[in-house]
Amino acid sequence: MAKTIDQHFDDLRGTRVWRSIFRSGTGSSTLKRALAIQQNVFLHLFSTKVRTRMLSFSATWYLGTLTLGTFLILVATGIPLMFYYHPSVPQAYADTKDLQFVVSSGLFLRNLHRWSAHAMVFLVFAHMFKVFYRGAYRTPREFNWVIGVILLLMTLLLSYTGYLLPWDQLAYWAITVGSNIASAVPVIGEKIHFLLLGGNAVNANALLRFYVLHCMILPLAAMFFVAIHFWRIRKDGGLYSHDSEPATLRAQAQSGAAANVAGAKEGQ
Amino acid sequence: MADETKKTGEINNDVNRRQFFAKLGLGSLGIAAAGTAAFAYQYLDPNVLYEPSPVVNAGKPDRYPLGSVTIDVNSGIYIIHSDEGYFSLSAVCTHLGCMTAWKPELNIIACPCHGSKFNEEGKKIEGPAPKPLPWKRIWLNDDGDLLVDRSTDVPALAQDSFVRV
Repeated sequence: MAKTIDQHFDDLRGTRVWRSIFRSGTGSSTLKRALAIQQNVFLHLFSTKVRTRMLSFSATWYLGTLTLGTFLILVATGIPLMFYYHPSVPQAYADTKDLQFVVSSGLFLRNLHRWSAHAMVFLVFAHMFKVFYRGAYRTPREFNWVIGVILLLMTLLLSYTGYLLPWDQLAYWAITVGSNIASAVPVIGEKIHFLLLGGNAVNANALLRFYVLHCMILPLAAMFFVAIHFWRIRKDGGLYSHDSEPATLRAQAQSGAAANVAGAKEGQ
Repeated sequence: MADETKKTGEINNDVNRRQFFAKLGLGSLGIAAAGTAAFAYQYLDPNVLYEPSPVVNAGKPDRYPLGSVTIDVNSGIYIIHSDEGYFSLSAVCTHLGCMTAWKPELNIIACPCHGSKFNEEGKKIEGPAPKPLPWKRIWLNDDGDLLVDRSTDVPALAQDSFVRV
């Protein structure tokens, strides 16, 4: 009798090569499924088991996951854009035009990068509003809220540094205005302005600095904080912590009140 | 000896060999970290800038008729020929650094970014700009060209702030 496709996959998972990469092995027992999560370098940040209710749309509206999705799109489209873009004054604008009109699929990649960037800023704010109005920032998740604020800052800085790279009039004056806002910081403002631009005006040094910040430093920093952010979800009791559910809180409040009444009676 | 000091209740401030080396190691790492921070700061602070010279040659004075306000967008200055003589204003808005423009139909200098308005002497009329447009040092060189030093502010309407030909 011929084997089914599932059986072929099971055979593949049983091979020595597969087992050397994924140690958890075949089988769909609870243990094997937990091991498949726990022994994967990417998935081990997450809980090995989650309640189905936690994965329902109404719990989170998937806003955090969608934000990660836009970030991954931005990485996947940003790297190919780097193959045609030179961060230099004579070439930057011409390269942007080339990407728009000459390079095959350049228009698609650039627009996807741009729209995903807009979407990511929107989704980060929507995610934070959702977390705020559901009270999901409360104990034990205070620290993850702080990480979230850092990630908001990273998102805005990535947007800001990417805005200069087309090197058109809009970019030039936006960065002139934005960097002058930075010089309003007391005492060290002028120094921050100078270090950010690598000079006194938006020029070749500023373009190069913003390019390095946009393509290297800020994405790496964002990935670092995203990893902590996801790991903390598990450490803080999952997306839908039993301790902070309204029903649990009500029950705790009632039992606390009952205990107080009992204590008062004993006191008599 | 150690037992005696314990008995008398004196505080023993001595460090043993292990603690000494731990402190030495951490101290060295701290100094190295401070040095790295200073090194990084110095590296990121450019020592040479390839920016245009602050001194601009604005050409012969007869290019600017009496009563005219002329902008040079490349250098960001106005050359103004008034009854008192020639003077120069910065064209960079004092709010957030946008390039202003002369509006001859309204006789004002206006900023396109956030709507600040100045008169032809740089005085603020309205808008978010906190300060008037600064006057810049202007003089004639030996060839009879007007030169403007963008890095030097001079007092508005002062005798020395004008060039008379």
